[in-house]
Amino acid sequence: MIENIFGIAGTALNAQLVRMNATASNLANAGTVAGTEQEAFRAKRLVFKALVDKESTNAGAPYIGGVKVDKIVDDPTPTRKMYMPGNPLADADGYVFGSNVSEVTEMVDMMAAARAYQNNVEVVNTARELMMRTLEVIKA
Amino acid sequence: MSLFDNAFGIHEHALPLRNKRMQMISENIANADTPHFKAKDLDFAKVLDAQRSAPMQSTHVSHFRIGALPNADGVFYRTPFNASADGNTVELTVEQARYGKSAGDYQATLSFLENRVSGIRKALRGE
Repeated sequence: MIENIFGIAGTALNAQLVRMNATASNLANAGTVAGTEQEAFRAKRLVFKALVDKESTNAGAPYIGGVKVDKIVDDPTPTRKMYMPGNPLADADGYVFGSNVSEVTEMVDMMAAARAYQNNVEVVNTARELMMRTLEVIKA
Repeated sequence: MSLFDNAFGIHEHALPLRNKRMQMISENIANADTPHFKAKDLDFAKVLDAQRSAPMQSTHVSHFRIGALPNADGVFYRTPFNASADGNTVELTVEQARYGKSAGDYQATLSFLENRVSGIRKALRGE
């Protein structure tokens, strides 16, 4: 019974960790430029999905009610077009295309992911303490 | 063994329910960032009453079966204080508070069980 809580919180820890990975990747690529608009780096955004039935979990593992990363989508905000004729990647008109990563947004998202991660760690801690106490009932 | 038949009273029914409620709240916390996720909760008193009292029998053809009514398992969707744009109804602070309270409830039930166990043990020892 109580193991389910560990499983559910574990799926959330996993999902939030992937989200922090995506944020790290976005921040690392904030300064990259590309020669065309299609090649420009776009910030990655995660879409979470609730695990509601056995099909969505790993063959009926006790994770029903947990969460998973459903898909990773590109941020739709437009990329930055910059005039840099000296850049070797510049196109015929002297423009390069920077990423659409906003550092402020990424920092906020990272803090939100870290908070969500901490929340689930606390869930695990509380469940673990209660499990240990339940085991001690027999000693009473 | 009449000593052990009812040794733990209501608490042996209460403990799994406390556990179930904690599990549901942990599901809510896990899905705090999932779009369109609806927070769920367990009506503890209702489920416990349903488990303890004898279920009503349908003795006539026009009687409704109570057990078949929707939400007979006590699970209900939480109404959020503030709606969010992505359709998610989990409010993390509220969930944290409820999780803390239900963890306390679980500990209370555990304490009652511990008292019962130590009482029985004392009776068996005859001290």
